[in-house]
Amino acid sequence: MTAVSIDGVWKYFGDYPALREVSFTLERGACLALLGRNGAGKTTLLRILAGLSKPGRGSVTILGADARAEETRRQIGVLGHGIGIYEELSAVENLRLFARLYGLSNPTKTAMEWLDRTGLERVSDGLVREFSRGMRQRLAVARAFLHNPSLLLLDEPFTALDDRAIAVLQTLLNDARREGRTIIMSTHQLREALELASDVALINRGRLAYRGERTKEMLDDPSWLYRNYGEA
Amino acid sequence: MTQAGSIEITEKPRAAAAPRARAGFLRQAFAVAAKDLRSEMRSKESVNASLSFALVILLLFSLAFDPGSDQVREIAGGLLWLVFAFASALILNRSFARELVNDCLDMLISSPISAAQLFLGKAMANFVLLIVIECLCLPVFGIFYNVTWARRFGLLFLVLVLGTWGLTVIGTLFSAMTVNLRLRELMLPTLVYPLIVPVLMGTIQLSMLLINGEPIGQDNQLWFRLLVAFDVIFTILSVAVVETVLVG
Repeated sequence: MTAVSIDGVWKYFGDYPALREVSFTLERGACLALLGRNGAGKTTLLRILAGLSKPGRGSVTILGADARAEETRRQIGVLGHGIGIYEELSAVENLRLFARLYGLSNPTKTAMEWLDRTGLERVSDGLVREFSRGMRQRLAVARAFLHNPSLLLLDEPFTALDDRAIAVLQTLLNDARREGRTIIMSTHQLREALELASDVALINRGRLAYRGERTKEMLDDPSWLYRNYGEA
Repeated sequence: MTQAGSIEITEKPRAAAAPRARAGFLRQAFAVAAKDLRSEMRSKESVNASLSFALVILLLFSLAFDPGSDQVREIAGGLLWLVFAFASALILNRSFARELVNDCLDMLISSPISAAQLFLGKAMANFVLLIVIECLCLPVFGIFYNVTWARRFGLLFLVLVLGTWGLTVIGTLFSAMTVNLRLRELMLPTLVYPLIVPVLMGTIQLSMLLINGEPIGQDNQLWFRLLVAFDVIFTILSVAVVETVLVG
């Protein structure tokens, strides 16, 4: 069953095409490592999938519906470059807010459960502006996962995480894989991404240069993909 | 028989679902408003700036006129609403700009709430903040200009509510529109002030009459109708276009 279908997507910033006729599908339960150099178009594609931006041309279908449909957004968890957390709110207030926005039945209970899972239960009432960087990152991870999304969109999720946040995220991602959730993850950390991924897509200057299953040779030599399909 | 039965079965849940959907719509809009108000209560950055700016302008204008004179009574409504319009820009500018910190706006847009809910939540929070600032300014205005504004406070408060909602709706929409501009502090008032001229005309006229204790005759009720019409039309218009403004 198809989780994500991208058909002939173009995206322009002014006259510059950030994405050029990108098309691929991804099955439910798959984990796609979205690879490419800086400026290749990975974040642009993830923003379109998250409903944050509309394609100039082409169409995107997520879980059988439009990316901006309310029901689609309810099933997507986003972890972007920014942590998406309010500095002036406490940890529990932040998670409770997002639990309410996602229409969860018991926002406070859900928020406390996720604070517990991410090791932040002791500072649940502390304001985020007083948190360390690592604590903020774990809270951002909790925010992205708290509504049990069917599709996870992660934009360079391991970048700038501390060891504890990496451990939390890896555990949650492994759980998500086991539970059959679909994951799309853009990253520069090839080895970590390829170990988790079932599928790989490489974007070069807005074009899809490679799309296929992750193979053993990619795992043995993470730079193999760039050598064979990357820009000259 | 079968057709009629099937209609009954499908219509009942639909009828019951409509109020539930409306309640859900408002609940999420209130969640956004409560978040904005809580953040502002803790940081106080917009309220402090806006209130102190309003009080300073009230003080400076008072130096230019003779308190209690006929001239002041004639222009009191205008002075008051110009101060409110200037002060509102500081609140409205921050409305969507505060969401840029940590990319929170992206998380709101990617959540299942509609752009209309987000907009209404933000507008409600801005409205509350502006009404509070306006109510705090009124006693100071009375002292500096020697006017008895509380004579017909009920009606004056109604004018404040109608005028402030008009300011808020337009200001919140343009706050969303200018959020990614570098010169948004300049752009927002430049775009908003020409559009709120009808609101200012209505509120200035009505406030002047109420502050001076004059009756609002049949001809001046037109201003109330203008304010209500402006508020309704621009609320509907803003709710309709905000999705395009935020997502494109």
